Amino acid sequence: MKILRPISIVLIIIILAYLPQVIEKDSTINLLILVFLYISLASSWNILGGYTGQTSLGHAAFFGLGALAARMLWIQGFPILPSILAGGLLAVAFALLIGAPAFRLKGVYFVIGTLALAQILSVTVSNLFPTITSIPVEDLVAYQLAPRYYLFLGLACFIVGAAYLLANSRLGLGMMAVREEEDAAESLGISALRHKLLALGFSAFFTGLAGGAFAYYHVSYYYQMPFTPIWSLDMLTMVYIGGQGTILGPIVGAVFFVGLKEFLVRNLGEYHLIVFGVLFILVVLFLPGGIISVWNKIQNALARRSISNAVKLSPEEER
Amino acid sequence: MVEAVVQNLVFGILLGALYGLAAVGIAMVFGVTKLLNVAHGELLMFGGYASFWLFKLLDLDPFLSLPLTIIFLLLIGAVLYQLLFVRMVKMPEEEKIKNTMLVGFGLTLILSNTALLLWTADDRSITTSYSGAAFTILGIRFPYVRVAGLVISLICLFALQQFLRRTYTGKAIRATVEDWEAASAVGIDVHKVYLLSFLIGTALAGVAGAMVSVSFTIEPAMGMHWTLKSLIVMVLGGVGNFMGTFVGGILLGATESATAFFISGNYRQVVGLVLFLLILIFRPQGLFGAKGGKQ
Repeated sequence: MKILRPISIVLIIIILAYLPQVIEKDSTINLLILVFLYISLASSWNILGGYTGQTSLGHAAFFGLGALAARMLWIQGFPILPSILAGGLLAVAFALLIGAPAFRLKGVYFVIGTLALAQILSVTVSNLFPTITSIPVEDLVAYQLAPRYYLFLGLACFIVGAAYLLANSRLGLGMMAVREEEDAAESLGISALRHKLLALGFSAFFTGLAGGAFAYYHVSYYYQMPFTPIWSLDMLTMVYIGGQGTILGPIVGAVFFVGLKEFLVRNLGEYHLIVFGVLFILVVLFLPGGIISVWNKIQNALARRSISNAVKLSPEEER
Repeated sequence: MVEAVVQNLVFGILLGALYGLAAVGIAMVFGVTKLLNVAHGELLMFGGYASFWLFKLLDLDPFLSLPLTIIFLLLIGAVLYQLLFVRMVKMPEEEKIKNTMLVGFGLTLILSNTALLLWTADDRSITTSYSGAAFTILGIRFPYVRVAGLVISLICLFALQQFLRRTYTGKAIRATVEDWEAASAVGIDVHKVYLLSFLIGTALAGVAGAMVSVSFTIEPAMGMHWTLKSLIVMVLGGVGNFMGTFVGGILLGATESATAFFISGNYRQVVGLVLFLLILIFRPQGLFGAKGGKQ
């Protein structure tokens, strides 16, 4: 059984990598790119919000900074991969700058504080760079969807993989300890601030990389656009819908989020956001652990059933 | 020059009064029930539209129609509370905040898009016969409608404080804030207290919305902006002290207009936010919160 999981993961990735050869419609490829982007974002957010328990509404800042740096370097003529890396590093630099003061805030104050931080950056960027950024014509002629698809696929795999390794490392265990009970973790010698800062650093770095990839993908947008708070809200939403503090949760959440939105846009037109809001509230109210919790419940129920079956069959019980 | 500075400050204070009023509403709900209603700005928007359509269709003066606007908002508030928020009041605090925020985001989508479908994205505002009128003191203009906004905000605040201080129900609310289990043990219906507090918050959002539609403009996407301002002001003034919250609103309004005047209109929001963050970090109980008060 244990070997099944890695094999199925590799199979899925191979199928996903093969898809552009089969799919001819650009809109489908674009939709998949969006799914990968959102998986990357949700998984990055989950490191801080899910595993370390620090609900941030400021991640749009990291995404925006990543996009800003990568876009500027790339348009200047730098190769794309180092530009994206620079975007991730800029996001980390900002994260470490604001980290220590931000973590003085707890609970709802941290949420509002990070929202305010991102908002400051968003307004400042819209003042400094009020224009639209477009890919230069010579690059636009060479614009192809396939390399972007592979970039996003690779990014999503990389971030999910990194999150998995992190969650199963000593560091990840420390982060979860901090989430569960900060004082208890401190008493065991786990520095809460250090773990929060590291979680924030990783989370911001990956979000920044996603921003860089976004800058490579999007043909033209306002510089401020990736800084708008809606990105932070979407990340939080996807993680909670899928199941926070799990590897699979953000993936399920992102697929559900993008898929449902796309489905509603196609079928309901201008009503789609209202219906989306209603469905969203229903998920929050009736699936408090996220979609992933349904799966866990089914598994538990099955396990219980097989145990009770086994108990029934055992001769000791008959007597 | 001096006149221009003072004039600017006056406008800032008059706008700040509405920030304060909106924030007192969100603080009332958060302080008592610990429900963080991020759809507060949308409720405010509905208050604005109620006032606007009462004026447009029935020719009702926006100040005279305030009771109708409040009733409309109370109905919305009661439906939202009974349908959604009542399910969350009993949750442990962390989970409660998380869930109310999520439900609030969902509501934000529903309410703002409903308004968009019903009333289009156009900016609207109420233009009465006296809208442009103002009185002048020492060369400083005081537009009647904006001053009325300040006065009505103060009346609401005063009424709320007297209600909490003097009436039996008000005392029950305060007792519930102190310790809901003890309050429940002495026979206070905690659920009723929560519902009432939520309704008071909604009603205040309605009044603030009506005032915004008379003095400024309303549109379906305004909610996020007002929620953010309310949250900031709530933290700025300190939770649990409505006078402090209100003064926090006025401070934010004044800071914003001073920034617009001395630095640049583009940065009015930024300076307010920076101020907010500094206060949050160095004085987490808020400017006027009790020292050592619980966060």
